[in-house]
Amino acid sequence: MIITATHYLVLSLIIFCLGLVGVMVRRNFITVLMSLELMFNAVNLNLIAFSYRLDDLAGQVLAIFVITVAAAEAAIGLGLIIALVRLKDTVSLDEADVMRS
Amino acid sequence: MKFYDLIWLIPIFPLLGAIINGLVSNRLGLQKSVTNAVAIAGSGLAWLLGWAAIVQWALELGIHNTHIVSLFSWFQGGSLRILDGSVAEVDVAASFQLDPVSALMVAFVTFVGFLIHVYSIGYMHDESDRAYARYFSYLNLFMFSMLVLVLGSNMAVMFVGWEGVGLCSYLLIGFYFEKEWCAAAGMKAFIVNRIGDWGFLLAIFATFMVFGTLEFTEIFPTAAAHPETYAAAATVIGLLLFVGAIGKSAQIPLYVWLPDAMAGPTPVSALIHAATMVTAGVYMVVRCNVIYRLSPTAMLVVAIIGGLTAIIAATIGLVQNDIKKVLAYSTVSQLGYMFLAAGVGAFVAAIFHVLTHAFFKACLFLGSGSVIHACGGEQDIRKMGGLKKYMPTTYWTFLAATLAISGIPIFAGFFSKDEILAKAFEAGAGDLNTFGTTYYALWALAVVAAVLTAFYMFRLVFVTFHGEFRGGEEAEHHLHESPWTMTMPLVVLGVLSIFGGLIGIPGKLFHHPEWNLIERFLEPVILPIGHAAENAEHLSHHAVSLGLEWGLVLLSVAAASFGIWLAYRFYMGAGAFVRPRLLAERFSFAYRLLLNKYWVDEIYAATVIAGTIKLSRFLWEFDARVVDGVVNGTALTTVGSSFISGVFDLKVVDGAVNLVAKSYDVASREFRRLQVGFTQGYAMVMVFGAAVLLGVFYLVKL
Amino acid sequence: MGFLIENFGAIFFFLVAALTVAGAVGVVTLRNPVHAALALLETFVMVAILFILRHAEFLAAVQVLVYAGGIMVLYLFVIMLVKVKDLRAEDAFLLNIAPLAVLGGVLLGALLAAGILLGTMAAGDGAVAALQTIGDETVGNTEAVGWLLFTKFLVPFEVVSVVLLVAMIGAIVFGRRDAALSGPGEGVEP
Repeated sequence: MIITATHYLVLSLIIFCLGLVGVMVRRNFITVLMSLELMFNAVNLNLIAFSYRLDDLAGQVLAIFVITVAAAEAAIGLGLIIALVRLKDTVSLDEADVMRS
Repeated sequence: MKFYDLIWLIPIFPLLGAIINGLVSNRLGLQKSVTNAVAIAGSGLAWLLGWAAIVQWALELGIHNTHIVSLFSWFQGGSLRILDGSVAEVDVAASFQLDPVSALMVAFVTFVGFLIHVYSIGYMHDESDRAYARYFSYLNLFMFSMLVLVLGSNMAVMFVGWEGVGLCSYLLIGFYFEKEWCAAAGMKAFIVNRIGDWGFLLAIFATFMVFGTLEFTEIFPTAAAHPETYAAAATVIGLLLFVGAIGKSAQIPLYVWLPDAMAGPTPVSALIHAATMVTAGVYMVVRCNVIYRLSPTAMLVVAIIGGLTAIIAATIGLVQNDIKKVLAYSTVSQLGYMFLAAGVGAFVAAIFHVLTHAFFKACLFLGSGSVIHACGGEQDIRKMGGLKKYMPTTYWTFLAATLAISGIPIFAGFFSKDEILAKAFEAGAGDLNTFGTTYYALWALAVVAAVLTAFYMFRLVFVTFHGEFRGGEEAEHHLHESPWTMTMPLVVLGVLSIFGGLIGIPGKLFHHPEWNLIERFLEPVILPIGHAAENAEHLSHHAVSLGLEWGLVLLSVAAASFGIWLAYRFYMGAGAFVRPRLLAERFSFAYRLLLNKYWVDEIYAATVIAGTIKLSRFLWEFDARVVDGVVNGTALTTVGSSFISGVFDLKVVDGAVNLVAKSYDVASREFRRLQVGFTQGYAMVMVFGAAVLLGVFYLVKL
Repeated sequence: MGFLIENFGAIFFFLVAALTVAGAVGVVTLRNPVHAALALLETFVMVAILFILRHAEFLAAVQVLVYAGGIMVLYLFVIMLVKVKDLRAEDAFLLNIAPLAVLGGVLLGALLAAGILLGTMAAGDGAVAALQTIGDETVGNTEAVGWLLFTKFLVPFEVVSVVLLVAMIGAIVFGRRDAALSGPGEGVEP
């Protein structure tokens, strides 16, 4: 049995959707960010699968950029968490509602 | 050195000035002299380079050669099938062009803009250093946007400038943002303009779908060569473009922002809301004259809106007591004249009036700024009077500009306004596009508006500058002529208000058509359309005999004189103010109608704005009830079924009614979580939206 | 036994894939954030193994170093810092929208899966030629990636470095104790 790009795509899809559901249902800001990381990883998996399938290194380079952006996102997101805790003493996303009118 | 190859630099100079003043001088609070140097350099260099480029272009290349400087490919996309069946590549360049219309606009925008920069030095000197830098940064930014607007060689670049002037208008109207009503006026201008911008944007899309390009030099020859093919498309594009023009040039029904725009500093009112930005709509209509001439409907709409705006704004101007409000309504009214001119096919007259209007209206606004400055911020003309002896320079320049706007011969406004009136009459006599009767009616309205214009402008002069000072002892001590930085632009503009019209002498009346310089200059812009249309235009030129033309001239002079005489009777001499008071009492409803500007703002508040709020509330409730019903579907079923089983034995009907009420209650309480500020609710909506889009995509593909 | 040896690659993939999915499920379902973070760590490592299977050795190393080493530690720091104590289900999850959210996720997933499985993607193994070459010369994957990164993708690479810088500044600004964040109600119109 040969493992094709399709296998990787389906795996990537499963992880992506799990991350998506996690983003939507978790109350805790930290776990929401973790779910986001899952989604990033799914994207990377996708890129790598296509890079291999199409025999093109550009996919790997793109994945590196994705990792960089994910790192930036994590830094900003965690900074936000610290700010939120300082401001409202909570990590619950649904309590970060200053914009609510 | 080929200056005309450097036209892209013309907007860059003010942009640099704006960046330096906005990011450096404002941040560091540099001294006013530094800010001055940067701002004056930005606008002055643009002026010098602009004029040099225009002169060199006209002499070396000739005005019949549209000179295009393409900088780079701005954005590219896929291909699109267009109206004539061919496939066009989406490729829009960032390019600028110099042709007679843009040359004329650049010439006066840079010049008037430079004068107003100089004037602002005197007018704004009381501001703090940082606010001063902010002000000049915005002013330079405005020059940049306006120059991009007029120099752009395609609709996309023009749109950049179009949005830019809207932004600067917002920033400058709300300049005194610490006052709430100023900030509100800025927002009002921005939002009302947005409605117009929406039309312009749709027009751009439509143009691309029809012509496959946005370059003016490619659209118009194509359209002019095949009038029948593009007639229907021209109506759509023309009307959409006109929606944009209505917003930017403050026409009915979107004129409401312009009077409120007077919340900004007075030089801004002069620069943006009289001389340059508001003429962008006229410029655009003239630029796209080929499109309009293909579509009688669009022409008629333009003419009707213009004519109605001219008369309605003039009537409101009759009774306003704020010196800047009067001028604001007169601006709206004069813009109406310009659109009337465009609507009757007199595009040259429209641009001519833009030009002369820029001179005298800038002069009037700067003069009013000088008056306000002297009176310590007072804008109510009832608290002025007799200012003539305190500020002679301001008085004489103001008088010259007033004579110009009233249409007294020799003064600038006479030539342009008379040409518009004559062309409107010709359109009626020549039965243009078989709408002759309508055009006659519009001409009559325009003549009445001319009387009213002369009246309210001279009312302003008489009440402000003649008679006795009515502002109290203390204020009288402060009265003084303004510093030279303020009077110098006034004198220059005053002189131009007197002689600026000589470039458009109606030579036809003297059997010397070549005397009309501006018509010859702009002739390359008015492309001939097909054969039949050309003949029709030819006919309409001879529909009015020379004698009748002279009669029309005399009529417009008589109209202006009548307005002045009326103003003199009402506001000068022993019986001053008696007659108007009697009239106001006698026709109190009409007076209040005009004083309250036909309650248009109130009507908008009651209809459009309240409607929007109601709609939002409805959508909110729809969310709260229907969507939430889905959200809590599982939970609700449980609640509902247990509730029903509980009350079923007692009263089924009651129970059902209660269930509805209860479900609403539960639903709305729960669903508030999905309202503003609930991030994951948005995420969920996005997921479902993506799913729907994907589903639609599959359905379309299958 | 022959079957096992013949299909070793496939079996190994399915094993790793199963572990990856298990880790992802753990991230989403475990109530304690520390446990979730450990599940995430496991997922990262498994994904790194999958990268190696697809001949992205350099990326696998980056994955382990950056994700497992850097980002994960950052998460754990924050978790320790903010003292999370939501161990009850209603504290950890938004139970009221959970059914709909899961439905949405499954719906989108099903649609995308349909796209993948019904699409025209040809089955078949890929190739590794270009993943390990510079021009005509065969080199390691790391060298090839580096070569591409500093030639064709130089400008994006520099841009991304600016993104990182901005993120760093942003994180510092947010994290500052005297950050210009007003308390609830202050300066914000209700």
